[in-house]
Amino acid sequence: MAAIYSLFIINKSGGLIFYKDYGSSGRMDTNDSLRLASLWHSMHAISQQLSPTVGCNGIELLQADSFDLHCFQSLTGTKFFVVCEPGTQHMEPLLKIIYELYTDYVLKNPFYEMEMPIRCELFDLNLSQAILKDRVSLLGR
Amino acid sequence: MQFFSGAAAAETSPAPTAPPGTAQGLGGSGGAGNMLYVFNRGGVCLLYREWNRPLRTLDANQDQKLMFGLLFSLRSFTAKMDPTSVEKVNLGAPLLPGEGCSFHCFRTNTYKLNFMETPSGIKIILVTNPKTGDLRESLRYIYNIFVEYVVKNPLYVPGTTIKCELFNTNLDKYVKTLI
Repeated sequence: MAAIYSLFIINKSGGLIFYKDYGSSGRMDTNDSLRLASLWHSMHAISQQLSPTVGCNGIELLQADSFDLHCFQSLTGTKFFVVCEPGTQHMEPLLKIIYELYTDYVLKNPFYEMEMPIRCELFDLNLSQAILKDRVSLLGR
Repeated sequence: MQFFSGAAAAETSPAPTAPPGTAQGLGGSGGAGNMLYVFNRGGVCLLYREWNRPLRTLDANQDQKLMFGLLFSLRSFTAKMDPTSVEKVNLGAPLLPGEGCSFHCFRTNTYKLNFMETPSGIKIILVTNPKTGDLRESLRYIYNIFVEYVVKNPLYVPGTTIKCELFNTNLDKYVKTLI
């Protein structure tokens, strides 16, 4: 059972800096994931312009026929989004946890260059643990 | 996307009954609707109606174009992203109505956009308060009103802006009951 299909992290200018697949059927090639990331970045911006009231911060949840997409934007403009099964709960807390891991293991890594693709072993390790933990607690629910 | 059976439209003539989840009889507790767009297959805005829109960033024409563009891109995005299918079209390739994985709503902190596409390519977009629930039934109801008062109107020329008074009054009446 795969509750989470994939995770994307986009930098503030729309470039994909992290992508991980957790078992979606049909492989997505690298170019397509880059295109999807920048497409999401622009749609997120357009959705703010179409708001009927002031103070819109962009799309938080997109409900498609076969998946849900939860998006979290940090104050600096980095966007995190997970693609999961329709109706999956508790994705906002998971995104916050992923953001915490990002600040701890990516931003505090002295060898990491800002806005560049994430290649940090500790981040990968802790991320897979967090996702696994979420999956286990999901089975328990 | 599932296409509807013919029975749904036939049983609701000429004044269809409202689906559950509306505030009928509660007296003025509704009014969650902000605006409504209807586009045809070619991207022409057949109808734009607003009930509550304090913020306007663009003029009406630009706003409608931007909305159609957003929907078009979101459709290609969801069709490409679909994690359950193996065979996927290229990103940006033209999609027929009902082809590939579509979406039915998205939510931001200030509004919720509900989307429905009919087999003939009519797109109905209802923007509401972010706290509203699943409005798929309501959109189908609005489509029923559209069929009854616009498509069956002999004076209406397909592909032109909708100027049917009965449609507008019935639509307004219904959207006021949304919670």
